[in-house]
Amino acid sequence: MTVDFLIDLFSKFIDVPVVAFLLAVTIAGIPLFVLMALNATVAVYVERKVSAFMMDRIGPMGQGPGLHAGKWGVLQTIADALKLLIKEDTVPASADKLLFKMAPFIIFIGAFLGIAALPFSSVIQVVDFNVGVFYIIAVASVGVIGIVMAGWASNNKWSLYGAMRSAAQIISYEIPAGLSIIVPIMMAGTMNLQSLIEFQTGSVWGILPNWIIFNNPFSFLAFFIFFISAVAETNRTPFDIPEAESELVAGWMTEYSGFRWAVFFLSEYANMFVVSGLAATAFLGGWQSPIPGLFNSPLWGLFWFLGKIIFLIFVMMWFRWTFPRLRVDQLMHVCWKVFIPIAMLNIFGVGIWKLIIG
Amino acid sequence: MVLNIGPQHPSTHGVLRLEVMTDGEIVSKITPHLGYLHRCFEKHAENVTYEQVIPFTDRCDYLASMNSNFGYVVAMEDLMEIEVSERVQYIRVIMAELNRIASHLLALGVYGLDIGAFTPFLYMLRDRERILDMFEYTCGARLLYNYMWIGGVSHDLPKDFEKICFEFLDYFEPQIEEYNNLLTYNKIFIERTADVGVIPADIAISYGVSGPNLRGSGVNWDVRKDEPYSIYDRFEFDIPTGTGEFGTLGDCFDRYWVRMLEISQSAKIIRQALKDLPGGDVFETMPKKIRPPKGSIYRRTESPRGDLGYYIMSDGTPSPSRVKMRSPAFTALSCLDEVSSGWMISDVLAILGSLDIVLGEIDR
Repeated sequence: MTVDFLIDLFSKFIDVPVVAFLLAVTIAGIPLFVLMALNATVAVYVERKVSAFMMDRIGPMGQGPGLHAGKWGVLQTIADALKLLIKEDTVPASADKLLFKMAPFIIFIGAFLGIAALPFSSVIQVVDFNVGVFYIIAVASVGVIGIVMAGWASNNKWSLYGAMRSAAQIISYEIPAGLSIIVPIMMAGTMNLQSLIEFQTGSVWGILPNWIIFNNPFSFLAFFIFFISAVAETNRTPFDIPEAESELVAGWMTEYSGFRWAVFFLSEYANMFVVSGLAATAFLGGWQSPIPGLFNSPLWGLFWFLGKIIFLIFVMMWFRWTFPRLRVDQLMHVCWKVFIPIAMLNIFGVGIWKLIIG
Repeated sequence: MVLNIGPQHPSTHGVLRLEVMTDGEIVSKITPHLGYLHRCFEKHAENVTYEQVIPFTDRCDYLASMNSNFGYVVAMEDLMEIEVSERVQYIRVIMAELNRIASHLLALGVYGLDIGAFTPFLYMLRDRERILDMFEYTCGARLLYNYMWIGGVSHDLPKDFEKICFEFLDYFEPQIEEYNNLLTYNKIFIERTADVGVIPADIAISYGVSGPNLRGSGVNWDVRKDEPYSIYDRFEFDIPTGTGEFGTLGDCFDRYWVRMLEISQSAKIIRQALKDLPGGDVFETMPKKIRPPKGSIYRRTESPRGDLGYYIMSDGTPSPSRVKMRSPAFTALSCLDEVSSGWMISDVLAILGSLDIVLGEIDR
């Protein structure tokens, strides 16, 4: 069920190709948009509850139905979103108005485009690129333009610091992320996400699923480098220095309020979803079932894929509520002196492994 | 670039403004601007009677009000030459040490927050809450107690206080290991604090830094041990000093670690005091009329932040002619510029957090 299928379908009824194309893209885009909003709503609620339980608190209560007058506070995020929507939208007098207003859109677009290529199941994927991995890595870095824009346009020193830190961090961490995702590409010999997942069919030693993470020691290491770099790319703790609350107030988001700020928040969770989706696809077998040969229908595939993403997002939350924050130079140290050399060696290692073992 | 950190900023621990000269992330000069919380404590004290000064001392170091009270009443009793009953002495030590634990828990938790770890903060506040509950049970107040009065205390301990306090200590002492596992031994935390913001012993002494900040630099100085006041000479306890465990002697980690060790020492003192707690009346030694003879006195006590000194000058009338408070947090803040220039913005906030300042006490 890709967008190509929709274009073909509409072309049969509508003679003007442009109209058919636009219609198909819109129809394919709406579920993505809904997914993004839903993801943020659920993830914010889960994050609040997860953090509460980790901290020995009870978290949001009192909103929505529940055992006892909204004990679980399930509608808390809805209430927050409504509050954000009706808040005053302030733009600082000294801000660069155009850039200030444009920045949330750019960040949003970066996150949105990534979701379009994720293979939710063997049949559910909006666009099946032949260079899917490359595409996701590319669009994921569009967001940094928006962050720098937001930081510069706010005309606030905290925002500027946040934006500069963010630019340095995201650009640096793209390198280890990119280098470590080369490992699955080398093994599967393809950048197409569906073929990458199909490569991971079957099992190793009869027990473990034949996922790339279990294939050889180098890919095992590559997964961790990729995942940690992905956490850094989404600006989550322990790499949240661009918005470090206790240092930079709110970093590049300091001057934003109301819905513009909500868009940043939405994009952050969407970014988490995209990088987790890519990690799940490239290393954890995408929509493949963890029990080889069982539960592999397309619908189960959707379940497994979302399940893996939710698990990875949970791990990110776990990080956030456990670790302190790194300093900016330590962050660079970890990236350039630890991850990049290991990721480089990984590429050689997996090449030799492939030559010798297969 | 000049950066104004504060007065409204998440990690200035109150309303402090730091004027920071930066070159990119590197900080070259820091000028602290004080006075946003100035409430004229010393001037107020001249216009009220001696016993009415005590609530003002609560509001100076609002995180360790018991210790603030303690310093003032010790000075007043020495000025008036009052012998306080045994029970009162023991109650005061128990309260002061409980408050020291509460204050250190907040300092350590907030320090975690400055470094970016949120969870330990809430764990520590959860346990601090139980101490505040005990205070509330004893004297009705949770933060500003006005508990120690000249010659006595405002309320005797409730009947089952000893049991509650022992229960708390039995629960609390194993918790320290949990904090250590969660925060202290975390690799990122050590990276952020070890070797950062080193205060060498000679600089610490020349700036008049005291308390855990001085002991973090390896100087073994504690008023409770070296100039015992009240009944501190009767208890068995150690003075933890910094050892430069993960970095240089006198770094942020040492100051943090000294506080962590002091918590268990305080618990040790409380256990001993509860064990020998004598009976008696807490009001019997309270003077009916507080009118000290002409003269002046300076007494210092060990508050959780360091040497808390009170200079009281009496002219024979019911109100003091001068009260001066020596604030340990003020002297600690004074060395911030010396210690933290050349470090990064994140480090400045880590150093500021490790000094454990309370703006209520600095501005008074």
